[in-house]
Amino acid sequence: MTLDQLLPGQRACVQAIQGDDYLVQRLLEMGLLEGEEIEVVGFAPFGDPMEIRLQDYRLSLRRTEAARVSVRTI
Amino acid sequence: MVLVRTPTVVLVGNPNTGKTTLFNALAGMNQRVGNYPGVTVETKKGRFRFQDETFELIDLPGTYSLAPRSPDEMLAVELILGQPPAESRPDVVVAIVDASNLDRNLYLVTQVLELGVPVVVALNMMDVAAKQGITIDAKQLAGNLGVPVVPMQANKGLGVFELKTAIARAKNSPPCPQFPVFPEAFEREVQALSESVGSQVPPFLVRRLLLDIGGYTERFLDGEKNGLANRVNAARQRLQQAGCPVPAIEARTRYGWIRSATADCIQRPPHRPVTMTDRLDRILTHKIWGLLIFLVLMFLVFESIFFWAKPIMELIDQGKDKLADLVKGIMAPGALRSLLADGVIAGVGSVIVFLPQILILFAFIAFLEDCGYMARAAFLMDKIMSRCGLNGKSFIPLLSSVACAVPGIMATRVIENRRDRLATILVAPLMSCSARLPVYLVLIGAFLTRGFPWWVPGLTLFAMYAIGLVVAPLVALVLKRTLLRGETPVFVMEMPLYKRPSLRLVWRRMLEAGWMFVRRAGTIILASMIVVWALLYFPSRAPNGESYDVLTAKLEERLDEKQKMEKARADFQNELDLLENGMPEPIPNRKRSLNEAITELDKDLAELENAQDELNQLQRDWKGRSILGQMGKALEPVVEPLGWDWRIGMAAIASFPAREVFVGTMGIIYNQGRGDSKDPEFRSSLGNAIKEARWDADPERNVFTIPVALSVMVFFALCCQCASTLAVIRRETNSWRWPIFTFVYMTVLAYLGALITYQVGSLLI
Repeated sequence: MTLDQLLPGQRACVQAIQGDDYLVQRLLEMGLLEGEEIEVVGFAPFGDPMEIRLQDYRLSLRRTEAARVSVRTI
Repeated sequence: MVLVRTPTVVLVGNPNTGKTTLFNALAGMNQRVGNYPGVTVETKKGRFRFQDETFELIDLPGTYSLAPRSPDEMLAVELILGQPPAESRPDVVVAIVDASNLDRNLYLVTQVLELGVPVVVALNMMDVAAKQGITIDAKQLAGNLGVPVVPMQANKGLGVFELKTAIARAKNSPPCPQFPVFPEAFEREVQALSESVGSQVPPFLVRRLLLDIGGYTERFLDGEKNGLANRVNAARQRLQQAGCPVPAIEARTRYGWIRSATADCIQRPPHRPVTMTDRLDRILTHKIWGLLIFLVLMFLVFESIFFWAKPIMELIDQGKDKLADLVKGIMAPGALRSLLADGVIAGVGSVIVFLPQILILFAFIAFLEDCGYMARAAFLMDKIMSRCGLNGKSFIPLLSSVACAVPGIMATRVIENRRDRLATILVAPLMSCSARLPVYLVLIGAFLTRGFPWWVPGLTLFAMYAIGLVVAPLVALVLKRTLLRGETPVFVMEMPLYKRPSLRLVWRRMLEAGWMFVRRAGTIILASMIVVWALLYFPSRAPNGESYDVLTAKLEERLDEKQKMEKARADFQNELDLLENGMPEPIPNRKRSLNEAITELDKDLAELENAQDELNQLQRDWKGRSILGQMGKALEPVVEPLGWDWRIGMAAIASFPAREVFVGTMGIIYNQGRGDSKDPEFRSSLGNAIKEARWDADPERNVFTIPVALSVMVFFALCCQCASTLAVIRRETNSWRWPIFTFVYMTVLAYLGALITYQVGSLLI
């Protein structure tokens, strides 16, 4: 399952991020590591981008970006 | 003589950590903004004194990581490493971190620790952390990190003294002893690479070369040369096999180190409390309420720059005219008077006239940014803006450009991605700004009002606005696929906590924006105004050798005289009327002498009857013979396919300083005198005059037809006849390349648009 498929309020655990480009580096820098717990806060009015919470902060990312993050729901 | 070097302190930190507030708290009013060559970001510099010593303070743009992707981001690394363009290494780096979000903020700190300079950590926003039930043992943290940690609340000024003390102490201490240790396999590769790039390259850059795939370091170190790129790739592959994949290895190593460094000094509540941000976000990013509130806010922003600024702008305009009249009153006619009144004062006025809009827009932007809403606005609008290759943060700059591109382009500073920012800057002038309105109104009023259904004028005006709205996204798309091509910009954006905005910060940013505009763009605008003034002024003598200025002054004097006579005649006539109606004569034979005086005045007035026409004719001859007029004539073959004669061409060139000048210039050319483009009466009389205009070569043929009027309007919808916009692009991109590019592409677009409009229009109508 990938991050963009989660529903608002769902919590999940990051399993892997595909690729080695700048997007991946940025997500990693922002703390989206393997094993990290995240929660989907919601989606923007037009369905994209989405907002997630991890640790003590919130990130917004586009669905195409979220699709690169595979997660396991908890 | 001993040269005492001022110790330098560099301030780094993530966005939204209160970095600007801390900078202001340290430097006070003592600050200035600087540009380094080749980069578009600004670095703020300031000074502070502590214990009889002066410190130079440099504020770097907020960043999450020191992995440079562009020259802009490289600047931060270069400054700290002491590479050019900076001369020497900073003595201390202050890393500001948000205590309520410690781990993520420490990521950047671990990179700074590797740079081999003394570091002080400013642990800011302790109050926000406390509110969330987070407690941090700063002493313990300092011990674990190996650098001083100062708990602070920069917005209240708490901890500033302690920070200064820590800076003064750190200045002479050795660089940080500890930082994250990468796996041995990685260090081996760094060692090997170091040997091949040479010892003059700092180890930090070698690590970046290995870690940042497609990063700026590859270009910076000339990665293509000597097969360096191949060696780096091979190293990355070996690391992958050794279980240290790039780039994941960096985050793993750093966050691993951070977790163990913070484990025993931070306490979080077992359950995260529901914060104000949670509650606010539920409304402000809501599918319906969020959008509604956003629309209301944007309406307010637009209203304010479009309408609230208007009265102030009109006052500035009037003040400018008064001052010009004053100068004309006390100086003798001549080049100097004209330069002052028509060049300098008009130029300075047209710089200051932008200030109300800039100040108001920046007050809004600073307010929205400081309270945390800006990220939400970008979140809400991203989907729409991404359709044309931009992102959510381009929305406010483009919306503002509908009022005026100058504040709009300045507002692109909120866009971090360089390519997205450039694309937004380059298309912003296509949005139909308020300076185009007078041009539309004259032409629509003259050609598309009488004899047309009621909806035609409105629809035409709407179509002119729609041109910008349609063309701008298309151009943005094309630019993002050609000139500004590159990997899809990463949108990932932090949604900061909401907080009460600091009015002092808002005030400061507003003034900064205004001052920057006046100082950097103002000079260019003024210069271009003076150039166009000179092109319209010279040659300043009529063929018979007389000075146009003197001739104009003489005619203006006669006009004054005429007005006085007309007034006197009216007074006499009044008195006469009263006497005729049976009032007793106060003086004998009063009626007769009044009659005589009126006859006398009528005779004089008859002589002066054509003074206004003569003045208009003189102005028209002068401008026709001016350098610009000659340029217009020379360019007639170029503008003829658009249906224009040389006069329209010349007026279009003369409007380079600002589009609305077109209307005034047309007024001169078409014998209506120098009118005010905002005066409806002037516009309608000008409209009537241009309807009558005929071609020089063919007096039977009207110059203006509906296709010509449309072609002029389309030209002005698409062209970049606005020196202020170009000046501000030059300022914001720190290069002449982009304003020149904007001018060229928009002029080509405008020409083609006008050409198609005229050619197709002539076939249809």
